[in-house]
Amino acid sequence: MSQTISEKILAAHSGRKKVYPGQLIEAKVDLTLANDVTAPLAIEMFYQAGGKKVFNRHKVVMVPDHFVPNKDIAAAEQCRLMRQFAREQKLTNFFELGEMGIEHALLPEKGLVLPGDLVIGADSHTCTYGALGAFATGVGSTDLGAAMLSGRTWFKVPETIKLVYRGKPRSWVSGKDLILYTIGDLGVDGARYQAMEFCGPAMTALAMSDRFTMANMAIEAGAKNGIFEADEMTLAYVRGRSSRLGKIYRSDPDADYKEIREYDLAKIEPQVAFPHLPENAKSISKVGKVLIDQAVIGSCTNGRLEDLRIAARVLKGRTIAKTVRLIIIPATPWIYQQAMKEGLLEIFLQAGGIVSAPTCGPCLGGHMGILAKGERAIATTNRNFVGRMGHPNSEVYLASPAITAASAVLGRIGPVEALSELKKKK
Amino acid sequence: MKFSGRVWKFGDHIDTDVIIPARYLTTSDHKELGRHCMEDADPDFVKKIGKGDIIVAGRNFGSGSSREHAPIAIKAAGISCVIAESFARIFYRNAFNMGLPIFESAEAAAQINQGDQLQVEADTGMIEDRTQKKRFRAEPIPDFMQELIKDGGLVAHLKKSQAKGH
Repeated sequence: MSQTISEKILAAHSGRKKVYPGQLIEAKVDLTLANDVTAPLAIEMFYQAGGKKVFNRHKVVMVPDHFVPNKDIAAAEQCRLMRQFAREQKLTNFFELGEMGIEHALLPEKGLVLPGDLVIGADSHTCTYGALGAFATGVGSTDLGAAMLSGRTWFKVPETIKLVYRGKPRSWVSGKDLILYTIGDLGVDGARYQAMEFCGPAMTALAMSDRFTMANMAIEAGAKNGIFEADEMTLAYVRGRSSRLGKIYRSDPDADYKEIREYDLAKIEPQVAFPHLPENAKSISKVGKVLIDQAVIGSCTNGRLEDLRIAARVLKGRTIAKTVRLIIIPATPWIYQQAMKEGLLEIFLQAGGIVSAPTCGPCLGGHMGILAKGERAIATTNRNFVGRMGHPNSEVYLASPAITAASAVLGRIGPVEALSELKKKK
Repeated sequence: MKFSGRVWKFGDHIDTDVIIPARYLTTSDHKELGRHCMEDADPDFVKKIGKGDIIVAGRNFGSGSSREHAPIAIKAAGISCVIAESFARIFYRNAFNMGLPIFESAEAAAQINQGDQLQVEADTGMIEDRTQKKRFRAEPIPDFMQELIKDGGLVAHLKKSQAKGH
């Protein structure tokens, strides 16, 4: 009866003792999530399907974050539709501007997802919650609309790829570098339809914020979900955020995996993913001379407090290059406030950057920092597809907060270590 | 169900940002989304295609975001079906839910050329390249899925089934 964490969670939610890869199951979901892009369609589907009342008004979460604060009239109308629905259905977890943050940073912060939960969201980065030991995956608006009504959905049980990380991280190497390296190794469809299970001693030692970053980008390898085994660190994170306890599932030692890959952290440098695919990861020492026009630190991938602390550590007492625009986006109002208390915002502003309200904004080319034709950005975001941050002829390079901050100062993509040389030259 | 049309060929990893850029996601209007289909891969795509034409692409078509606006845009642009070596997971599910027929065939994706004239049969999964006089096989689309496609997607299909009383 050996099973992986993902299989155990799916089994528990479908009333079975065991499920096997490829099996089609119907399962109860603990939470559904939609944003200002996907909720309008989901709501339309909900009504078209004859929906009158959501299955549970506490478990249908809506967060307007993509184009909020409303970037134009059309965006405002989409948010109005969500707001109307949320009021009518008396949703307790609809987060309006002021409370609103980037959904995948906000839900864990509010204690809405716990270990062992099954979550679907009409957003591909819903897989972020795998960091908490939950099974979480992205779906389209139709599937979400149906689940908002029934509290259930169907799944094909995925096979699991086990990714084992060992060793100590080199300096300035974060969860972002590890996941970019992994996607570079697997390819953008290397885990298509599969679960990615992150484990090994280096993962046990990894901070929650880095775990969120890694699970967040599982979709960039095509995966259905990314998952960590919940441990003491997870429990310390969720404690005090929820009245529920959650349930910890562990993979059996002899569980079946489609594949097992091992990574030695001693060999992994900070990574940069070149346009136009997240799999184009290169070690920072092999980047060459890449000048940049913009640097963005934020998103559901890297807009957490720990990310901002790292950026501030790099930027403190320094000024960004004249040729660079630096945009920093704390992912939630709480993160914003903490960053203010810790003096991080001051460091950013003194360095010549600007701090935005929480929003997905430029990550998906929505607003707050769109690129012109031929412009190039380094960003802590998750996708570097053609036209992702603006003009189809612009470019996005993906990296960690440390590398992005250092690059803003250098005016080109480069390592944190290059900053000390910069001083000497001056 | 049969689909026939001219081929528009694309490469691997055509992502949903290319299929429908996020700057157009402030609407769910099908016609408006259709007007911008594949714009960042080929700005004149919508002007050039004819009704019923077919997209043929490589690996991992529809990767990236969960936006259902992607299959909606393809369908609204007038594309009758998509053939690819493989599809990204969320897109695969969304396509059927939106009533867009899709077919997986590595051989067809590799050998069919831009501009070829195709006929595709949902019942048998037969893809006939009339220009090259070649045939390829994809997985057939089962009857219930064809009904769903005919009705215009999952929700429309459910409504129709409910109205019929079964």
